[in-house]
Amino acid sequence: MKLSNSWLREWVNPELTTQELADQITMAGLEVDGVEKVAGDFSGVVVGEIVACEQHPDADKLRVCKVAGHPDGEMQVVCGAANARTGIKIPFAQVGAKLPGDFKIKKAKLRGVESFGMLCAQTELELGEDNDGIWELPEDAPTGTDLRDYLLLDDETLEVDLTPNRSDCLGVAGIAREVGVLNRCAVQGPEIALVPQQIDESLPVSLMAEAACPRYVGRVIRDVDIKAQTPLWMRERLRRSGLRSIDPVVDVTNYVLLELGQPMHAFDLEKLSGGIKVRMAVAEEALTLLDGQEVKLKEGTLVIADEEKPLAMAGIMGGLDSSVTQGTQHIFLESAFFSPLAIAGKARAYGLHTDSSHRFERGVDYHLQEKAVERATQLLLDIVGGQPGPVHVRELTETMPAERHITLRRARVELGLGIKLADDEIVDILTRLGLEKIDQDDEGWTFLAPSFRFDIAIEADLLEELARVYGYNRIPSESFTAELEIAPRPESLIAQDNLEQTLLGRGYYEAITFSFIDSDSAAQFDPEADPVALQNPISAELAVMRTTLLAGLCKALQYNLNRQQNRVRLFETGLRFVPGAELKQEQMIAGLAYGNRFVENWTGSKDSVDFYDVKADVEALLARTGVADEFRFIAGQHPALHPGQTAKIMRGDHEVGVIGALHPQLQKKLDLPKSAFVFELSLEAIGEGKAPAFRPLSKFPEVRRDLALLIDADVPAASLVEAAVEVAGETLMDLKIFDVYQGKGIDLNRKSVALGLTFQHSSRTLNDDEINAAVNAVVGKLEEKYNASLR
Amino acid sequence: MQDLQSLTEQAMELVEKADGLAALDQVRVDYLGKKGQLTALLKGLGKLSAEERPAAGAKINEAKQQVQEKINTRRTMLEQAAINAKLAEETIDVTLPGRGEEQGNAHPITRTLKRVEEFFAGIGFSVEEGPEVEQDYYNFEALNIPAHHPARAMHDTFYVDPTTVLRTHTSSVQIRTMEKQSPPLRIICPGRVYRCDSDVTHSPMFHQVEGLVIGENISFAHLKGTIDQFLRAFFEAEVPVRFRPSYFPFTEPSAEADIQCTACSGDGCRVCSGTGWLEILGCGMVHPNVFAACDIDSEKYSGFAFGIGIERLAMLRYGVNDLRLFFDNDLRFLKQF
Repeated sequence: MKLSNSWLREWVNPELTTQELADQITMAGLEVDGVEKVAGDFSGVVVGEIVACEQHPDADKLRVCKVAGHPDGEMQVVCGAANARTGIKIPFAQVGAKLPGDFKIKKAKLRGVESFGMLCAQTELELGEDNDGIWELPEDAPTGTDLRDYLLLDDETLEVDLTPNRSDCLGVAGIAREVGVLNRCAVQGPEIALVPQQIDESLPVSLMAEAACPRYVGRVIRDVDIKAQTPLWMRERLRRSGLRSIDPVVDVTNYVLLELGQPMHAFDLEKLSGGIKVRMAVAEEALTLLDGQEVKLKEGTLVIADEEKPLAMAGIMGGLDSSVTQGTQHIFLESAFFSPLAIAGKARAYGLHTDSSHRFERGVDYHLQEKAVERATQLLLDIVGGQPGPVHVRELTETMPAERHITLRRARVELGLGIKLADDEIVDILTRLGLEKIDQDDEGWTFLAPSFRFDIAIEADLLEELARVYGYNRIPSESFTAELEIAPRPESLIAQDNLEQTLLGRGYYEAITFSFIDSDSAAQFDPEADPVALQNPISAELAVMRTTLLAGLCKALQYNLNRQQNRVRLFETGLRFVPGAELKQEQMIAGLAYGNRFVENWTGSKDSVDFYDVKADVEALLARTGVADEFRFIAGQHPALHPGQTAKIMRGDHEVGVIGALHPQLQKKLDLPKSAFVFELSLEAIGEGKAPAFRPLSKFPEVRRDLALLIDADVPAASLVEAAVEVAGETLMDLKIFDVYQGKGIDLNRKSVALGLTFQHSSRTLNDDEINAAVNAVVGKLEEKYNASLR
Repeated sequence: MQDLQSLTEQAMELVEKADGLAALDQVRVDYLGKKGQLTALLKGLGKLSAEERPAAGAKINEAKQQVQEKINTRRTMLEQAAINAKLAEETIDVTLPGRGEEQGNAHPITRTLKRVEEFFAGIGFSVEEGPEVEQDYYNFEALNIPAHHPARAMHDTFYVDPTTVLRTHTSSVQIRTMEKQSPPLRIICPGRVYRCDSDVTHSPMFHQVEGLVIGENISFAHLKGTIDQFLRAFFEAEVPVRFRPSYFPFTEPSAEADIQCTACSGDGCRVCSGTGWLEILGCGMVHPNVFAACDIDSEKYSGFAFGIGIERLAMLRYGVNDLRLFFDNDLRFLKQF
């Protein structure tokens, strides 16, 4: 809601500067977004009158005018505007005037003719958008008067950003009422007298959508002069509220909308056939709106119709065919109450949002309609003349909004707000806001909510009103008390923070990427999934919900590589969205490593990171669970990963994650010069671990035996270890693979694997025979199962 | 006894000259060893009379003692020199950087979220989470925002289907928690939220922490106290806070909390659009309709809720001047936190 300070001051005028007033209502919940001057900074501009106008002797496009308005008499001014002509009043910037932008007017010579000043367009004064020649002021503008005084330009526009509950403030009257309450001062609007009817004519109105429109007020006005000019003062107020002047009838309805908050509509009486019908649209009915848009109406849209056809989309926008035009002679004024529920969401369904729909869907005072019609009639008669008929009111009592009676208990005020307010003050505040005390007992009061406050319905609403007027900032700040209880916290659950810290300590930085990605990368990383798509994505780049965090991490990798960051370690935690019978929103932890294995250093190697580096990072995460041995890595396949460098991470029989190198094709598509290694794990699956349990330490020496074995190259190391452990007996404490070799000196299809076995007994020293037996068992098993031979 | 005198002097001189531990030991063997020259003198005592013998013996022993001491001193010195030489040889350039992996950083948003969580965990709040693809019911309906409510226009909602949205706030977790748990409640709900809006000051995805306190006798004054304390703790300053009436369908009364602009201390600048204040969070007393939706008796219980935009807090706290930096994941940015 935009309105000018001077208009507001006409209604209510507390002793506050404009800024103070803006601050005050902001702190009362009507947030003032901006205070702006209504005109540019200029001085020395008066109302001038062109008393003579001749062609410039040496320039086709220039005219030489004699202009009245200067105290020293007529001045010669050279002007380039096409509309410069004798007899019109115009803004006259005299020599010495200052225009916006600190532009000083000096005596000048244009093509040899002297010019003493300048005739101005609206834009040159920052007073409007009309740039089409010089601004023609009304004929009765007093020549010689300072333009700022004449147009009351020492004024500001207040832009009030209203929350949806305060529809009562969508008019000057409402904001004035609020200012009056806050300052305990009188509010006085213009006198609105009943305009007596001069003719008997009225249109029959039938309210056929009872709940949607329980109240409709209409008035016929015959013989209006549509060619009349809207007075400058009205045009200025409209302009200061951000509305353009259209024609005097539309201007008046807009003016009343801004002044009282009642949206109105004027029809061309001649274009209506028969009476008005307020009804629901039949599906597919056609209507051409005022803006020229042809719409096919949807069922459930409230329309104003005549006997034949829909005329207007009720409360949203009028129709073109029945609108007031330059040929209009007689009009029908509409001032109705449409229920918020009937309008809410409807405008948006047609892609519309109008001043009218904005108000109706939030709630328009349902007692305001006659007053608005009277006000509009009065203004119209002043401007366009005409003969009004009677004010014709149709009302359906049963479907009118119910009166709201609200009980306020004294005890709830203190309980809810933490302040003690005196009874008098409570009643005073609420009464000033327009509530009516209708009952009182030991516990409190009952109030009747005013018809303009759709947001006051329950006790809590009254508490808000009290707090608001009393002042939120006068309410004390207090600590609350609560009974504290220690909550259970299983030690077996691994805090996400621990996992994150593990990766941070291993050189990973945390990334946060968007949860929605483009469908191409979704398909690249997870071609089999049909990801959840947004109905209204912000762009194709952010269109589907990710089924893996890897796509986002790879994008972040590209971003960094493009900025010469060549060693990248990133991880992210967050949801992935796996479609299925039921959408699974699963917390994941994913990481990516790219570039050199080590941070560039005076000592380190320049080797690139490989699978085993990243596997160690994943193993570090798994170690956090305390049950690392429950997890296994098995060779696997993943559409985005290298077929020979991918492992599924298993916990028991459940796949809990994946690790691998990006598939070389994808790597190429993403324009990555080197391999990137990634992993992704379900946080839930690795979040469940075990609290530690102590095992006694053996006092007896441990013995280590090393074996170098030749086995077939395709036997996985894990299988070898598994088979060895199976037969090595209980005294085997540890088994390490300490060397793997393939190449020169060894059969092409074989590899050498060195195992280090550590034995120890808990209660005695092991003897050689026992150890030899265990080692022989291992060798035997491996020979038998994997065709292994000692080197 | 002329021999003793000169032998002793000879020995002392050789000790002095010994330039290594081996040479020094040789001196000891030569003079004090079993076959050493001074030791040999003791063997000659037998030739003396019984009266002369003790005094002469004592003199020889005294001389041996002197030489031994001199040797000890010399040995200590030589040992020390050897150690010093070894240490000198082992000296390294300690100013070279250490070897190993660098320490990564949590994202500034996570860092901020955790700080916020810690303040509230410290006074007994627990952390609750919920889904991001959310039912209309939890995101809107149960929060007193029925279909076509004008407040929905403030949310710029992403839709997955007509009844499923990307949550526009973490207030949805309030409802899910109230359905599961009975009051009293003290929870915070951190997480990602989504709005269909993208420009310099809006990101289609951002983070919020929703807080909820429900108990008997919880008042607006408690809400103010909690927010005041939190903002002061967060900014580590006595930052002025003001509360303005505002509107959220799920709270009544509702408020917007502003802090005095951290950039200009309230004088008015570009950061605060000249107002001297920065909107920092929305809050209010839980609306009775929300309690009703969760089967909580609003006659017995009252409560407050607040929603904090984490990006905003992080930008103010760390001086980040562009929202988009948070989601670019530029390492040069991430390394600063």
